[in-house]
Amino acid sequence: MPSHRSILPQRNGDSALREKLTRWDVKSAPYLYIAPFFLIFVATGLFPIGYTAVISLMEWDMVRGTGEFVGFDQYWRVLSAPDFWIALRNTVSIFLLSTIPQLVAAIIIAAALDRNIRARTFWRMSVLVPYVMAPVAVALIFSNMFGDKFGLVNSLLTQLGMTSIPWHTDPFASHVAIATMVNFRWTGYNTLILLAAMQAIPREYYEAATVDGAGAIRQFLSITIPGLRGTLIFVVVTSTIGGLQVFDEPRMYDHTGTGGPDNQWLTIALYLYNVGWGEWDFGRAAAMAWILFALILLVGLINLIVTRGLVRDDAAAVAENPGRRVLRPRRTTHDNARPVEEANR
Amino acid sequence: MVTRKHNIIRFGAGAAAVGLLLTGCAPAAEDDAASGDVTLTVGTFNDSGFADEMFAEYEELNPGVKIVHNKAATTDDARTNFFQKLGKTGLSDIEYVEGDWLPEVMEYADLLAPVPADLKDRWLDWKVEEATDPEGNLIGYGTDIGPLAICYRSDLFEGAGLPTDRDAVAELLGGDWARYFEIGDQYVEATGLPFFDSARGVWQGMINQIAVPYEDPKTGEIIATENDEVRKSYDQLLAASSTQSAHLSQWSTDWYAAMANGGFATMLCPGWMLGVIEGNAKDVTTWDVANVFPNGGGNWGGSYLTVPASGANVEEAQKLADWLTAPEQQLKYFENAGLFPSQVEAMSSPILLEATNPFFNDAPIGQIFSDRAQAVEVAPFKGELYFQVATAMGDAIARVEDGTQDAGASWDQWVEKVNSIE
Repeated sequence: MPSHRSILPQRNGDSALREKLTRWDVKSAPYLYIAPFFLIFVATGLFPIGYTAVISLMEWDMVRGTGEFVGFDQYWRVLSAPDFWIALRNTVSIFLLSTIPQLVAAIIIAAALDRNIRARTFWRMSVLVPYVMAPVAVALIFSNMFGDKFGLVNSLLTQLGMTSIPWHTDPFASHVAIATMVNFRWTGYNTLILLAAMQAIPREYYEAATVDGAGAIRQFLSITIPGLRGTLIFVVVTSTIGGLQVFDEPRMYDHTGTGGPDNQWLTIALYLYNVGWGEWDFGRAAAMAWILFALILLVGLINLIVTRGLVRDDAAAVAENPGRRVLRPRRTTHDNARPVEEANR
Repeated sequence: MVTRKHNIIRFGAGAAAVGLLLTGCAPAAEDDAASGDVTLTVGTFNDSGFADEMFAEYEELNPGVKIVHNKAATTDDARTNFFQKLGKTGLSDIEYVEGDWLPEVMEYADLLAPVPADLKDRWLDWKVEEATDPEGNLIGYGTDIGPLAICYRSDLFEGAGLPTDRDAVAELLGGDWARYFEIGDQYVEATGLPFFDSARGVWQGMINQIAVPYEDPKTGEIIATENDEVRKSYDQLLAASSTQSAHLSQWSTDWYAAMANGGFATMLCPGWMLGVIEGNAKDVTTWDVANVFPNGGGNWGGSYLTVPASGANVEEAQKLADWLTAPEQQLKYFENAGLFPSQVEAMSSPILLEATNPFFNDAPIGQIFSDRAQAVEVAPFKGELYFQVATAMGDAIARVEDGTQDAGASWDQWVEKVNSIE
């Protein structure tokens, strides 16, 4: 304690100390409360991430636990391998084929479930059933359906007089098959999230719109979609993370699990696994993990910007200025690019 | 209501935390070797044929020994687990290792306890050679081997005007690969149907007859792409497979289905394959096995027991591994799972020689597979990069099979891939 304080009367000093302690308590207690999570996060989350970065700069022998420092060699090796670029192509292709139809379907199903229908809870719970199924089980069933010669889909196609599709030979066909599995599993999950967001939109907007003579589709486009903005951004970002890490489905798509003889459905996560656990090259696998991390960050950011730009925040604007009409002419694209908080001011 | 829920959650979290602490901090169970009470763990995968009765028998013979059997679902799981813990702790006292990833294990031979020298004569020479490191230490107790014969559908042979009796088929297919593919041509011409299941499967038979296929045993360098023997076999196989192969990928659902619905007439048959065929074609009565293999004998698969040197009970584990791979026990897992013994003595046992298989038309499988085992002359050299080169080759053949590329282009892409292996 500084010396000039000691000349103050005892009572004052006591209360000053107490005050100090109280202030300290108010300031630091929240940090103490949240500390356990962050301590565990540092041990189980941050440390492995850092350790991966260290290993990615080495030629690592996992069994003996030793490595030789090689700098950024592993990164160059990954980026100069043709397989990596094929894996990137496949990942992006499967990502687009799964995310876009999935979100469109999820919004439409959620809108349908948002209406007054009988046995609402039953229907709402039903859409979540595929999500509960183990991905490996889903992959097994779908692999059977997409068998090249005796699979269900091709049997149907040939019976209808069409030619069968080479599901395990043509890259695009394999991407469609894998995206189907992903969609099957995740559409219901996204539906429920979007449904929850839809229910938070005040019903008065719809009533006002009905009075104004807007039809169901117009209401959907001008009230529901803008009202979902924040949730949509969340769903898009989580789908991006999941989509770029797609692993279970391509791994289970055939019995060898290596992504096809011509790397038709090799994704980056699968490639990473093959290098790490197939060739025991953990240095290169670690480098790939960091590249994948950077990629997800990049695509996630792009998605965030695009989604914020595309979906206007009309509902929020209406909430702030209740006097304004619900249905307004669309803003120009120039306006859309501006951050919404600013645009609404 | 809310409070109660919170209590439950808090209790659950507390219990989980305590559980974590217990498992995290509990020291590995140490056995008191002095008192004679030893717990041995045995890690296996798939159906190793080790029945609980065998372990019970050993426990009875050796009072004070308790055996715990840890089964992994697949060989991949076991392989991952093995390399993850080798050099650290946590492996079972005895670990089951498959021939496919044995070459990778050999790189770390110094981390495994060697088999006592006086036991080496028990096994077939090449079975011992595969698991012997450069210093001459044998690090694996051989369990089974996969001598190759030919399985065929007698009804489909009949339809093509070929002999159906297994001895006549053996005579028909006797010779080299050219002979096998010649009969294949006859079959395809007569029926228009595929003769064998997959080029990749046949490749297993062909490559396992080349003594030095992919790597130089002395330098460890990859010679695969300049190996004339490999190229010749590759061309010969793919020329034939364009008409004769059913173009099925092994272990795929289509492949399994084709065993039942007559999708192909013959396939290469290591002893353990009999169970696969029987399991997938239960209603078919015409599967048979002929005592013949193109170009002599061949081996596909087979496993070893290894004793990690870091284990707490290395000596006791060695005793158990010794017992588990003794002739009597090898015959037991032949009966349990059809795994063919690798022990010289077990091969002449009447139990083995008189064994028949009702599903395969009562074929004398014991006699057939011991003949096939005797016919194996070559044990190919497999170095530490074998797994990667072989995987790339499998992909190359599959690309031709599924029509993505022609044989030449696929070979070139393989060469490129192999050159990038370090």
